[in-house]
Amino acid sequence: MSTDVLNADPAEKLTYYLVEDEDHHHESGGSTAIGFWIYLMSDCLIFAILFATYGVLGTSYAGGPTPREIFELPLVALNTSMLLLSSITYGFAMIAMEKNKKTQVQMWLAITGLFGLAFLSIELYEFSKLIHEGATPQSSAFLSSFFTLVGTHGLHVTFGCIWLVTLMVQVGQRGLIADNKRRLMCLSMFWHFLDVVWIGVFTFVYLLGVLR
Amino acid sequence: MDQTLLKTIFGRLSLESLPYHEPIIVGTFLGVAVGGLAVLALITKFKLWGYLWKEWFTSVDHKRIGIMYMVLGIVMLLRGFADALMMRGQQAMAFGDNQGFLNSHHYDQVFTAHGVIMIFFVAMPIITGLMNYIIPLQIGARDVSFPYLNNLSFWMTTGGVVLVMASLFIGEFARTGWLAFPPLSELDFSPDVGVDYYIWALQVAGVGTTLSGINLIATIIKMRAPGMTMMKLPVFCWTSLCANVLIVASFPVLTATLVLLSLDRYVGTNFFTNDLGGNPMLYVNLIWIWGHPEVYILILPLFGVFSEVTSTFSGKRLFGYTSMVYASIVITILSYLVWLHHFFTMGSGASVNSFFGITTMVISIPTGAKIFNWLFTMYKGRIRFELPMMWTIAFMLTFTIGGMTGVLLAVPPADFVLHNSLFLIAHFHNVIIGGVLFGAFAAINYWWPKAFGFKLNQFWGKVSFWLWVIGFWVAFTPLYIMGLMGVTRRLHHFDDPSLQIYFVVALLGALMIAGGIGAFLVQIGVSIWKKEELRDITGDPWNGRTLEWATSSPPPQYNFAFTPVVHELDAWYDMKDKHAEAPTEGYRPIHMPRNTGTGVIIAALSTAFGFGMIWYMWWLAAFGLIGVIVVAIWHTFNYDRDYYIPVDEIVATENERRRLLGQGA
Repeated sequence: MSTDVLNADPAEKLTYYLVEDEDHHHESGGSTAIGFWIYLMSDCLIFAILFATYGVLGTSYAGGPTPREIFELPLVALNTSMLLLSSITYGFAMIAMEKNKKTQVQMWLAITGLFGLAFLSIELYEFSKLIHEGATPQSSAFLSSFFTLVGTHGLHVTFGCIWLVTLMVQVGQRGLIADNKRRLMCLSMFWHFLDVVWIGVFTFVYLLGVLR
Repeated sequence: MDQTLLKTIFGRLSLESLPYHEPIIVGTFLGVAVGGLAVLALITKFKLWGYLWKEWFTSVDHKRIGIMYMVLGIVMLLRGFADALMMRGQQAMAFGDNQGFLNSHHYDQVFTAHGVIMIFFVAMPIITGLMNYIIPLQIGARDVSFPYLNNLSFWMTTGGVVLVMASLFIGEFARTGWLAFPPLSELDFSPDVGVDYYIWALQVAGVGTTLSGINLIATIIKMRAPGMTMMKLPVFCWTSLCANVLIVASFPVLTATLVLLSLDRYVGTNFFTNDLGGNPMLYVNLIWIWGHPEVYILILPLFGVFSEVTSTFSGKRLFGYTSMVYASIVITILSYLVWLHHFFTMGSGASVNSFFGITTMVISIPTGAKIFNWLFTMYKGRIRFELPMMWTIAFMLTFTIGGMTGVLLAVPPADFVLHNSLFLIAHFHNVIIGGVLFGAFAAINYWWPKAFGFKLNQFWGKVSFWLWVIGFWVAFTPLYIMGLMGVTRRLHHFDDPSLQIYFVVALLGALMIAGGIGAFLVQIGVSIWKKEELRDITGDPWNGRTLEWATSSPPPQYNFAFTPVVHELDAWYDMKDKHAEAPTEGYRPIHMPRNTGTGVIIAALSTAFGFGMIWYMWWLAAFGLIGVIVVAIWHTFNYDRDYYIPVDEIVATENERRRLLGQGA
């Protein structure tokens, strides 16, 4: 401010309009990363609410089964490893993308998708087993919140898999163009985010549940 | 066989679901149907469908989307206010033997619909519309970060509106109050479609709100003109940023909570039931963790409007810009720490109640700081009493009193007495009408010339202003008095005849407000009729200070032919002060997003999904859901989403503006 006052005619020094507009102003790519991060945080809040609900209702067994009676840790451990491995393979896909190796990207995406499907299959198997044993979402508030929390995560993985297949087709059609790279990066964040949420589920629901 | 087929197709929808036995609804239906058909016929007659579809419905221009939001909000204001008049009329009549003109079944729907519509489909569209229109202009941008998402957000909000309006004529709306507390909202006690309409209308609209929140945050963070640091951001953008942070941080909570309620209703889980371990108070906590930030989402952007208006019409820079910014941030944070004050009577104990009572009272400090900042901005200013400034002063007087009754309610022992009373009703109308609505009128009067190139008629604006402000106090002072006497809310009939006079006075107030709304519509009509007299060609009719006044009115599609460079807080004032002239050559083609119909289609499919879920038409729900996914994926295969506005077109537009400016001078 004080330097402005000293200048006799500051308007001559200051530019008020961008004549050489580099046009990056409208490239939505620049905003996508932050926009997607904000979306992830909003999704994170949905999980936070489901965790909180589980925290409040997780011991309301209503005379029904308790976690210790129904959780099978070896199965859950296997499932966890599927998801963690899928995150690693997605990481390989991203490394291949950085090196512009289209076939490798496709291959690692396919492997990631298979791990994702394995995770979902094991989860569905676990759910159907619980329901057959009579531990249904309707039988107690504990089971309602358990099925909803874990099921919401599963739904997210399902959408992740659909998205992954879509991207494989698009990378196949158009190669590793900027748009597709941006999309691969978004899915990468989504996929790792689901991994982090699952670690919370594994610890907070399964491990703590069996300890209780 | 026939029955099963009908059930498969129509779910639980039957002729019995149509409220033909309610004369009031039939009358309304006829009115809406005749009016609606007339509008459709006129559009068809003047062959406007193609124009509307190409230029408006599929538009990704933030200005057009902003205007559509405002129209939506104002139309729904009429519906929500009709509900208000019915309630005031019923309560003024229903004493002793007189049961009034609404049966309790209908009355309960009316007060629920009034609350839901006013918050979600009047206040939210109006603030979203304002933010959409103004933010990109104030930060010197050409659009929002995600223009297509913006269009989708608008249509999702409209989808919610369609569902709420459908509930009026097909089936019924919830009879639970605007937050649908369980166990009343559970299937056992509300087995009909009302609560389902509530859930799906809010879910469809809620997706739109969350997406628009993400969009506007990204816009403010990434799209600011060069030189515009965060502490040079116009204060309206700051308060909008805070509001959008709150949207993104609280609407997912609403979504998750309503999902849990719908699981209870559709799948038979036990989150909020009375038995098998469910806990209804969990819902009350969760919904208010969304609900309290929501009221700050509504008021914060209007705090920004009042700041802009006060500064412009006092001819001074805003007093205490920095403290204004920090006050907004503090309010944003504190709004998360007060939700329990909505149910001190839950019985969580003295310590918990004192914590939430104190955090609530603390909010009045940053809010008070804002009031003083506005007062000091006016102090020794050359105040012009134009309509926006009048609304702002009315706001300061009204809102302060509303704030003080709020602090009174924040005292837990007092709240035990006043909880659920008409005192509470008077309090929150005091802050929402006095804050959000007065702010909306200030904003409409302030920015109308920017959006349409002519000012609004002052005479009818003043009529509207006085009817609104006086009408508000006539309508709600009796409610304060009755609340202090212990009269509770949501009552359909009264036994004590001594209360009737208060309700009659309140009805008179409501009728004055009706006059205010009417005068507002006349104001718009007269202004359009006489727009040549009210024309503003400068683009800066109020001697404004921020960048939206730097461009023409209405702004060209690309907003700014040259992106402005910012050096001072009041960037446009600074540019005028330094006589910075826009270059007259060196134009370049401007990169713009293409229009798309995908938003309309996805929102229509989502609405179909909601309708199918409400009526148990599972085929329709499945069709809607799969349709949404397929269309969304299909949209991603379209890589050709932008185009360039050629230089010739820009030159022509800019030269025309300069020609007009030359004439005016």
